[in-house]
Amino acid sequence: MTTHAAKQAFVRELLGRADYAIIGEIVEANTRVLDLGCGEGELLEWLAENKGVEARGVEISGASVQKAITRGVTVFQGDIDRGLADYPDQAFDYVILSQTLQQTHHPRDVLREMLRVGRRAIVAFPNFGHWRVRFSMLLSGRAPRTKLFPYEWYESPNIHFLTVHDFEELAARERMTVERRYFLSGPRRVRWLPNLAAEVAVFLLSAVNTM
Amino acid sequence: MIVEARTVEFDSLPLDSGATLAPVQVAYESYGKLNAARSNAVLVLHAFSGDAHAAGISPETGKPGWWDNMIGPGKAFDTNQYFVICSNVLGGCRGTTGPSSINPETGCPYGMSFPVITIGDMVRLQKMLIDRLEIERLLTVTGGSMGGMQALEWAVAYPDRVVSAIPIACTTRHSAQQIAFNEVGRQAIVADPDWNGGNYYDRQPPARGLAVARMVGHITYMSDGSMREKFGRRLRGKENFGFAFDVDFEVESYLRYRGSQFVNRFDANSYLYITKAMDYFDLTNGHGSLTAALEPARARFLVISFSSDWLYPSYQSQEIVRALRSRNCDVAYVELQSDYGHDSFLVDVSEQTELVRGFLASTFEKAQ
Repeated sequence: MTTHAAKQAFVRELLGRADYAIIGEIVEANTRVLDLGCGEGELLEWLAENKGVEARGVEISGASVQKAITRGVTVFQGDIDRGLADYPDQAFDYVILSQTLQQTHHPRDVLREMLRVGRRAIVAFPNFGHWRVRFSMLLSGRAPRTKLFPYEWYESPNIHFLTVHDFEELAARERMTVERRYFLSGPRRVRWLPNLAAEVAVFLLSAVNTM
Repeated sequence: MIVEARTVEFDSLPLDSGATLAPVQVAYESYGKLNAARSNAVLVLHAFSGDAHAAGISPETGKPGWWDNMIGPGKAFDTNQYFVICSNVLGGCRGTTGPSSINPETGCPYGMSFPVITIGDMVRLQKMLIDRLEIERLLTVTGGSMGGMQALEWAVAYPDRVVSAIPIACTTRHSAQQIAFNEVGRQAIVADPDWNGGNYYDRQPPARGLAVARMVGHITYMSDGSMREKFGRRLRGKENFGFAFDVDFEVESYLRYRGSQFVNRFDANSYLYITKAMDYFDLTNGHGSLTAALEPARARFLVISFSSDWLYPSYQSQEIVRALRSRNCDVAYVELQSDYGHDSFLVDVSEQTELVRGFLASTFEKAQ
């Protein structure tokens, strides 16, 4: 009974991250999942163990790939910007891109590729429209530094900055369907004014023609 | 660790060339114990100049096996958990039938009358050995360089017999550069008058030619960085140049030493036959594309390459991985950072150990 109750409880954080908790909720059991920029494969390992998914990952850092393979997760060392071309169409049920979209060179192409190789895409990204980011820039007159964007401008891995509105607009222009959207501030869900209040946004997308 | 060295004989082996070899002997060693379910067997495949002695101390020579740092209790291929087998390849000169074996029809060594063999033939013979050992499925087939090529051949030729494959620092087919280096080695041997058309088993073997072939080989197994670190321009036992053509540099001394050592343990004709088999190997043969060639493969794959390996560069491993991905296969890949060139899979094994251990453990668990 206790285990059942524990599973029913709302998971606010998974492996210390709220966006993982959302992704863990979205992904259905026994599906095929590709995680882009999967790091050391923690999320994939969790999904494989708890949801029985067939897990695959792509990661550019050799050291991270080694750790992922060592824990038994199938990870390919490669670049997300170029790395998806080999996968056949619709090879996965979900393609996950967590906190990495803003680091890719061609985010639009990556999104298109995600929905080519996957039936659905799950995209989590830090919201550049959050009020702290806006204030930081307004008051300091410098490139904003906040909890979510902690880097100096010259050493930041983030090369594209986007807000919730930006993403919605691109999804519409690309004729992608937003099936679900989640907005987070720390581990809490944000209901109002997400473009101001959300630190992180999680979108579940599908291609229009699959609806 | 228990090291068992054995030889088994088979009545005949059909070859890709159309010829048949009869009879055929295979020398193999094994380490660890086969479990009751016969599900923990690992087939290790040696590289060009290797042999069946992969691990432990040879009672015959007193030397450790060529992958002793990877195979043994608590090592990557943990012999407390897995039953590890390694056999000498067809065409070899370390117990398995090859050109130096006696042709039963003539009572003399085969020499150049030995039929031309392929990687496919080597694997067919290994499969006969695995049948003889009554092992239904191998937990993994693995090896570096030519051993990796055999692992790939196994995964395609006998997909029902392998749960996983770990091809390391290898390719699905030799490039022009790889064929070129092999050809230089072969020409060094046949240019040696002592080679005598391959008939030298009752006289002086082509030691000079074979030594030069080995010297070329050793250069390709190292990297610019590892040679710079190991030798630099250091002189051997002298303060100044000798102004003559005996050994001046450390690197010259090393290559001469390795060349002269090699002729004591390797047969020149085996060199010709095995390098030819490597050059002929092409997984895409008759399939049009690599993706089509990999159609039968069902195994889980771990592909490993090394950053400084210029003989089997990472792009060749990535080709394998891309083709497997386009077939939706379960394939993990990493390029390990190492300065040791192609030799990395033999000498720089700490990271490789972690990878193999994790991959094998999860494969074993899934296969149960």
